[in-house]
Parts: sequence; structure tokens; C-alpha cells
Amino acid sequence: MRTVALRLAGAIPALIGVILATFVLTRVLPGDTASYFAGPTASAESIAQIRAELGLDRPLPEQFLRYVTALSHGDLGMSLTTGQPVLDDLAARLPASAELTLSALLLAMAVAIPLGILAAVKQGSLADHACRILVTGGVSLPVFFTGLLLVYVFYFLLGWSPAPLGRLDAFASAPPTVTGFFLVDSLLIGDTETFRAALAQMVLPVCTLSLFALAPIARISRASMLAVLGSDFVRTARASGLSPRAVILTYGFRNAMLPVLTTLGMVFSFLLGANVLVEKVFAWPGVGSYAVEALIASDFAPVQGFVLAMAILYVLLNLAIDLLYGLVDPRARMAA
Amino acid sequence: MSATTTDNPPLLEIRDLTIEFATRAGPVQAVRQVSLGIRKGETVGIVGESGSGKSVTSYAVMRILDRAGRIAAGSIGFSGIDLPGLPEREMRDLRGREISMIFQNPRAALNPIRAVGRQIEDVLIRHAQATRATTRARAIEMLEQVRIARPEERYHAYPFELSGGMCQRIVIALALACGPQLLIADEPTTGLDVTTQKTVMELVTELTRARGMSTLLITHDLGLAAAYCDRVVVMERGRVVEDAPAQQIFRAPQHPYTRRLLRATPRPGARLPDLLPEGEAPPVEAPEATPGPVLLDVINLVKEFPRAGSGGLGSWLRRGPALPPARAVDGISFQIRRGESVGLVGESGCGKSTTSMMVMRLLERTSGSIQFDGQEIGAIAPRDVTRSALRRRIQMVFQDPTDSLNPRYTAGRAIADPILRLGELRGAGLEDRCRELARLVGLPEALLGRFPHQLSGGQKARVGIARAIALNPELVVLDEPTAALDVSVQAVVLNLLQDLKLRLGMSYLFVSHDLHVVKLLCDRVIVMRQGRIVEQGPTGQVLNQPAADYTRALLAAAPAAP
Repeated sequence: MRTVALRLAGAIPALIGVILATFVLTRVLPGDTASYFAGPTASAESIAQIRAELGLDRPLPEQFLRYVTALSHGDLGMSLTTGQPVLDDLAARLPASAELTLSALLLAMAVAIPLGILAAVKQGSLADHACRILVTGGVSLPVFFTGLLLVYVFYFLLGWSPAPLGRLDAFASAPPTVTGFFLVDSLLIGDTETFRAALAQMVLPVCTLSLFALAPIARISRASMLAVLGSDFVRTARASGLSPRAVILTYGFRNAMLPVLTTLGMVFSFLLGANVLVEKVFAWPGVGSYAVEALIASDFAPVQGFVLAMAILYVLLNLAIDLLYGLVDPRARMAA
Repeated sequence: MSATTTDNPPLLEIRDLTIEFATRAGPVQAVRQVSLGIRKGETVGIVGESGSGKSVTSYAVMRILDRAGRIAAGSIGFSGIDLPGLPEREMRDLRGREISMIFQNPRAALNPIRAVGRQIEDVLIRHAQATRATTRARAIEMLEQVRIARPEERYHAYPFELSGGMCQRIVIALALACGPQLLIADEPTTGLDVTTQKTVMELVTELTRARGMSTLLITHDLGLAAAYCDRVVVMERGRVVEDAPAQQIFRAPQHPYTRRLLRATPRPGARLPDLLPEGEAPPVEAPEATPGPVLLDVINLVKEFPRAGSGGLGSWLRRGPALPPARAVDGISFQIRRGESVGLVGESGCGKSTTSMMVMRLLERTSGSIQFDGQEIGAIAPRDVTRSALRRRIQMVFQDPTDSLNPRYTAGRAIADPILRLGELRGAGLEDRCRELARLVGLPEALLGRFPHQLSGGQKARVGIARAIALNPELVVLDEPTAALDVSVQAVVLNLLQDLKLRLGMSYLFVSHDLHVVKLLCDRVIVMRQGRIVEQGPTGQVLNQPAADYTRALLAAAPAAP
């Protein structure tokens, strides 16, 4: 428990840095919020008036102070594009993004880890080659391309998947919000029809994202499994007559998972970035597309809110990974 | 005990065994037509230097050769079973139950993230030696048998929480858990301290004797083989060159290679030139060294390390009383005179390496004084030492000749390195100096253009020595310079060091765990234990009439070839 508190305390300087950096970055970016919202025909006075209303005419340090003061009250500011508080916008859209990203991560792990292990155990076999092809493909195809390709093949040509227009098709209604994850919420009320509809919508974007995440996970799994299989303690296990199953699972797999766990945190952050594009392609109502639209409109508050939310998410995920690491590796427990 | 009766059939019989490894340059025979047998209850040693094929032979018996290796010819019979022809499934039943193995580097040989008790259970359950209900009690019983104190508690320990010697006992427990008939011990004590080595070997001997087991001991250490084996097989480059009862091998070695190996092994009564092959002794007999004025004066030197977990954010939040720092070196004083070589001996963790690092100014001292040629050098920050005039005068030869060379520098570049950084010579003058240094250390000039991976262990050691003496230092700190070398190479390197010292008038601080080696090279010896000096004095006096009990224990534990 103290470890958790310590780790969270350790993340505070990083978060302060994130707040400062995003504030400065959004201010130095080209584009003027006031003139954007005043419209192309607005007069100089009306632009000045909007600027004063938004407080954009004050010196930067004062703007920052106001932003931080509001932030300390949990106020992320208002979005000028949606007219809603940023906090509400993010709260409404974050579950959509999280459901997509986590599902993609889980799918990628479910495919990549066994594949990497198999490729390492049977070096030079068919599985090894398949692993190599998948890894090369996964890293070389950009996400928006695989996304469009999947839509073209499975929606346009084959008609197997529903229109890529968000989380549910137009006729279905969202399940009552408990977790915000449609798959979980629909199951909670036993609504299998909504579950199936939500699942159908998710298949293509999740596949797109996970194809992207597969490559690093499979590579690390293969490499670390190879290293572990060549280690002294695996030789001891073999020399003790343990079955190949025990050698590979109990002795090999658990040790090989340690570097994979570390990589997962990094892969997750890649996914958060790739998410933005996938949400665009599949019209997914997530935080990524929200932030991109706000950025284009020079709408600072949502961008700052988005980056901060992602930073917090990343800190929490890494904490979870480190705690998991401690569960698997007794040496990490000692150091903590 | 020795089972030499002819009606006792061999338990393990290897005949004409040839093992091939597939390499990019085609198949290479690592073991050629090796034949040997082990009778029931017998302890047989395979002795040889690196590359002799001794470990590969034992891996072939266990059939755990890596993918590139295969048994090309010959047979391995184990109580009537033909091992190479056995299906893998049946071989797995034999491993651990009939034949088991203990390894070098015991900590790496255990699964780092599984409690040691569970690892013993894995083997017990695999070979149906225990049921789920009884396995835990059996595992604890095994821990008791290998003399692990508080076995119930240690059952839950992980390898990183145990000392090297304890880890090796766990590996022994693993190997003996299912009561095998044959134990293969592959360099079981390499890397362990001499006193630990002694207890581990005595434990193995006692347990295997009590069970009437046979043992195959694979070692590079003739002393170890002499102390524990009934019969010794000497291997050289994949072949068996001699196979005879242990006493006979040591009293009347037949094969020239065995004789050379025996000669090269440091032993009581031998002098440095005695280690070299006959006819290769250095032409000049070493005159008795007359030590000059004091060169290095270490007074009350202390090094403290903060304990793990103290300092930083953690301790600040914990707010408990701070743990006292650990004293790695606890107020030691000694002197080195010009032209003198001083040995610093002790077991791992005694502070000998820390001391040498402080003298080298690679490590900051906590308190005390280090005076070099009358000048206080302890106060110079390690960062500034590299630029001070002092760096030229104190140089170091490192323990691992491979790891201490930049893999991307040629031998010539490595030797020139200190001159390029601290000396003035450039161009043709530098090249001449490098050639001169290579000649001094006996490195053929043709090898100066080679990279470390193209050199042998002994050649790399010579490069390391040439680099250290490139700037004509007055003091050379040698940190276990021969620990990673084969005995025959060690003999040559030790002679070279002695020769250089006499010719160039350098002083040595020779850090070692090997008393026999120290005895050969050093004028005076300092024995350290737990950061303190237990005893110091002239080599002959300390090693022949030790005053401290600890020195006596060290001497008694070190196995010596007769």
C-alpha cells in the first residue's frame, strides 16, 4: 500500500511538467482562438472583445495561474467547440476510447504472446516464420491504412461488418451507463442483442489497433523466451527431467514475461497515439478525435484536458504494471 | 572406499564417443573417441583446460547438448541401457531420477522467481517421489540433508536471498532429491570461496558416499580432483590423454600433457619458474628483491556504503532511525615499498577489491589517508584523478581479460590507449612503443592488428598487461589477473609479471583469492576478512606459520595438488 502511495507521489512532478508543457505548447502553436471563433467576417473589435472575455489578453503567467487555480478545483475549463465543460466531455468520451484501446491491447497480447513463445520454442518452424511476417507487417503498415483496408474488404466488398460509424449502429440504443464500456454494460443487464451490436462495431477498429500493437509484443516475447530457454536454470530444469511443458511454462514462460510486462506500458502509450487516427477512420466518439478537432479549432482547454487525462492514465497503467511485476518477480518486491 | 574390484561392472560406460558441433565453418569435433567408465560408488574426475571437451562429454551423457551439438559416433551405456538410442520420453525419466547434475554458477542454475522449496518439489513430483500431500515435508527434509539452517523458513526463500554456497546446496538438494545412482558435478565449486568450496565438496562426498552413489567430477582444478577423486581422466582438445587412479596420476604422470598441467599448477614448494614447461624457464634467475623506500602508505582507510533502502525518498517517508552504513573497509593500514609486490587475499566480500579501487582512486574513500610517494592522494576526487599527473604512475590490470578490452579496439590500439590519453608519443614513435610493449609482454607483433575476439585468453591477458605498463607506472594494481585463465596460461602470465617487475622496477598490489598464486608472486601478504586486516607480513612467514586462525582456515581449505 505504501508502495502505491510512494509511486503516486513520485508521479506528481511528471504531471506538473505535463501541465506546464501542454499549457506552453498550446500557447505557442500558431492559430488564434479569438479570431477563429469570431468567424472570418468579424471586425477587429469583436475579436478583441472575445479575446477579453476568454482572458486571452492577459499576460501568459496570469493565464497560467488562472488555469492552475481552476485545475485545483477540478475545473478543466470549457470547450468552445462543444460548449460543454471539458471534464464532462472527457468523462463521456473516455470510456469509448478506453474500451477500444484495452480491447485492442488484450487481443494483441492474446495473439502475440503465444505466437512469440511458440516461435521461440520451435525456432525456424512455420510458427516462427508466421511470427516474423506478422511482426514486419504490423510495424510497416500505418494504422489509418490498415483501418481503411479492413473497412474496404470487410464492409464494402464482403459486407460482413456493419458500417464504421461509431460504437453502435443508428437503430440501437446505448445500454445504461455503469462502467461506460458498452460490452460490459450490456452484459450487466443481460442485453445480448446490444452486446452483439457493440461487438460487431468494435471488431474492425480493435483489429486495426491490435495489429499495430502485435509487433512489439510478439518480438519481445520471442526474444525474451529465447534468452530464458538458453539460461542456466532452464538447463537445470531439463537436467532434472522436468517435462517440456513444465520447463516451458513454469520455468520459461514466467521468467520470459518480465520484459514483456515492461514493454506493455510502452505499447499502451503507442496505442494511445494510434487511437487518434483509428477513431477518425471509424468515427469513434472517443477522446482522440475530440482532441484532434479541438486542436484544429485552436480550442485549448480540451487539448490540455486530453493530454492531462492521458498522462494520468499512463501513470496509473504503469503503476499497475509495476505492481504486477512485483507479483511475478520477488526481486522487484524487495527493491520496492 | 575405492571400488577397483574387477567384478564390479561399470555403471556408466562411454565408448569411442565423438561429438560434433555444426558451425558455420562446417562440423567441428568437440569430443573425439572418448572412452571412460565409472563403477558403482566410484568418484571419477575429468580434468582439462577450457576447450578440452570435458563439459560437453557430460552434457552428452545427460543428452542436454544444445541444438548444434550431436553424438556423431560411439556409445554411452548406463547400467545396461544405451542412452543415445533411448526415446526422449524415457530419457526424461532417467534425468534427475537415475542421473542428475550440479552446475557451475549455482545462483544462475536456479529459477530466480520460484521459491527454492518449490523447485525441489517440482523434481520430486515429476519423478513420483512424493505425493502432493507429502512433497513439502520431503522438500524440507532435503533442505535439512544439505545442511540448510532453518529449512522451513528457507523453503520459501528465492535464490537471490541466499549466498552462493547456499544456492549450490539447493542445487545439490535438487540433484539428490530422487536418489539417483550417478551424480555429474560440472565445476561445482568454481566461483565459490575456498572455505565454501571445502564445505560444498565435503557435503557432496558425504551424501554420495552414504547413498553408495557414483560421481563424475568435472573440473579444471587438479587440486580438487586430487582431493576428492578415486580415478582421474585427463582430457586435452577433445581426447582422453590419460586415465589412471588419482595417486598414480599425481605421483607418476605418464602423458606429457598431464605432466605439463601438473607442472603449471601452483602447489606448495614450487617457485614461479617451476610452473613453466621444462626447458622454458626464464634464463635469468630472479635476484632477491631489495625493497626501496615506501611508495604507497595507506593509513586507517575506511569505506562505508549506505545500506540498501536508506537514502532517497523512501527513507524520508519512512522516518525511522537511519540504518548505520555498512563498512566494506574498516580502518586498514599497510605500506608498499618500491619494487615490492604485496598480495591482498581474502574471500569475497572481505573488502580487498574495494581497497584496490580506492588505491586506484576509482572509488571515493570515506576516511583515512592514502599517500603515494609522500603525496596525499586520497583527497583527489575520482573525477579529477584522470587528469592528474598521478594517473600515469598508478595503473591497473583487470580481472577479466575479455571484458576489460574494448571489443572495437585492436590489440595495438588498446595498448596505445593510455599513451594517447596521458602520454605525448604520437605517430611512428607511438607505433614503436606499442611494438616494444608487445615484445615486453611476449605478444607477437603480428597480433597487434587483431581484435579481442580474435585473440586467445592468454593473449588478451598480455594485451591488458601491456596496456597497464605502457606509461611506465610505478605501482600496478592487479585485480585477480589470472582468475579467468587456464592453469598453463596462468603459469606463463605469472612468470611474465615477475619478469616485468624485476626489469622495470615496478611495485605490485596483487589482489587474489588464491593463496598458492599469491605465494608465488608476492614478497608480502595481507590477509583481509570483513573489511579488516587479519594478518600481514612476509609471504613465507604468513603462509608457513600463520598467526591468525582465519589464515590457517584459508590455507587448510585450499585444495592442493600433491
